[in-house]
Amino acid sequence: MSAAVRISDLKIIRDKKTIIPKLNMEIEQGQIVGLLGPSGSGKTTIMRSIVGVQAFQAGSIAVLGLAAGSKQLRTRIGYFTQSASIYTDLTCLENLHYFAHILGQSEISVHEVLELVDLTKNQRQLASSLSGGERARLALATALLGRPELLILDEPTVGLDPVLRRDLWNLFHKLADQGKTLLISSHVMDEADRCDSLFLLREGHVLASGTPSALKADAHTHEMEEVFISLVERL
Amino acid sequence: MSIRRIWGTARRILSQLRHDPRTIALMILAPCLLMTILKYVYQNQPQVFQHVAGALLGIFPMLVMFLITSVGTLRERTSGTLERLLILPITKLELILGYAKAFGIAALIQAVVVSSVALGPLGLKIAGSQIMLIIVAIIDALLGMSIGIFVSSFAKTEFQAVQFLPAILFPQLLLSGLLAPRESMPSILRVISDYLPLTYAVDATQKVISGQGSVGRDFLLLAVFLVALLGAGALTLKRQTK
Repeated sequence: MSAAVRISDLKIIRDKKTIIPKLNMEIEQGQIVGLLGPSGSGKTTIMRSIVGVQAFQAGSIAVLGLAAGSKQLRTRIGYFTQSASIYTDLTCLENLHYFAHILGQSEISVHEVLELVDLTKNQRQLASSLSGGERARLALATALLGRPELLILDEPTVGLDPVLRRDLWNLFHKLADQGKTLLISSHVMDEADRCDSLFLLREGHVLASGTPSALKADAHTHEMEEVFISLVERL
Repeated sequence: MSIRRIWGTARRILSQLRHDPRTIALMILAPCLLMTILKYVYQNQPQVFQHVAGALLGIFPMLVMFLITSVGTLRERTSGTLERLLILPITKLELILGYAKAFGIAALIQAVVVSSVALGPLGLKIAGSQIMLIIVAIIDALLGMSIGIFVSSFAKTEFQAVQFLPAILFPQLLLSGLLAPRESMPSILRVISDYLPLTYAVDATQKVISGQGSVGRDFLLLAVFLVALLGAGALTLKRQTK
């Protein structure tokens, strides 16, 4: 299987502070890969550099076989940011219509993604009047437009109710089964078990990577939280 | 370049405005109100009203569009939607032209309403063509918009963006020849005013009002400023951050 994302010797310095000292990472196609770590561990920075909006000082990033930020990638990556990047002064439908318009997607695809994130009944509501969770789902819907091959989702399930969270994870698995690759960040360790493989991050370093079960077996525990603690203490 | 994406962006911005009826009302009613006040302030000196009101017809759309675009684009920069857009297949120029189209339409509506009020009930008389006056007002509005987009990249907060109005536009207003003829200014100020876009906007307005002189050169120079500022505005949109 070929890699959807290959990061080699990535180095990122921001405001004279080294955010990512030297990072190597490979993300396989058709998998759900979790990026786990506390806030400030570099999850968002790594995701931004894959999407192509974060400049880096050294190393290389290949995304779907192309250099990160390439023009040809613009219809192939779906990006969900932590601060739901939507127009709060537009309705759900207007938001999606605009993004669909830019992506050259049809009306049908708008209703398809609304259905996927369960916002059909809110479609005529102004985004500013949505709850935090609904806003996040609207932003997720914009990321799903055009059925991108690679989804970069920065903490997509924060603050959602458990039923919805389960539904979204089911959706993520359905997408992975269709061959899409998903990179999902979280600081909630219990979401780790739902990923095919994981990268545990701390201060810009990969502490460990592998399948959730292998990581737990290595640390002789059943809790991902424990895995993380034992890795940090071993340093 | 895709007309579809430019038009889509313009439609999105107009929808945002439509959901904000108070801003639309302020945009259209505030200049009408100011014109009316001006009329009665100078009720004993109608010639002053004739002189100032015409020029203000061009200035109002510029001020309003400057404020709306500088705050609007700043909001787009800070809310993350700009970053989100720039990873999609839309070019910076398409985005800027989308803005220009949306605010051009808004400016057209404003200019038509305010000029109608001034030329109708308030009795403003101009020697030149009324259509020409509206065209000048729209060019002024686009100029205000392009300055607004450009300076918004130098502002981090909405407070800062709004402060660019006195910092960038008011000096131009003072030097434009609206308050005092440029010929009477110290030569250094006159030379500076030669390089400021507002000078030509006011000049064009005064020519249309007096019906004397050709506005061709003014329009040409304003077009150059407009293209340069829109281009500079497009360059300030960054796909990547450090």
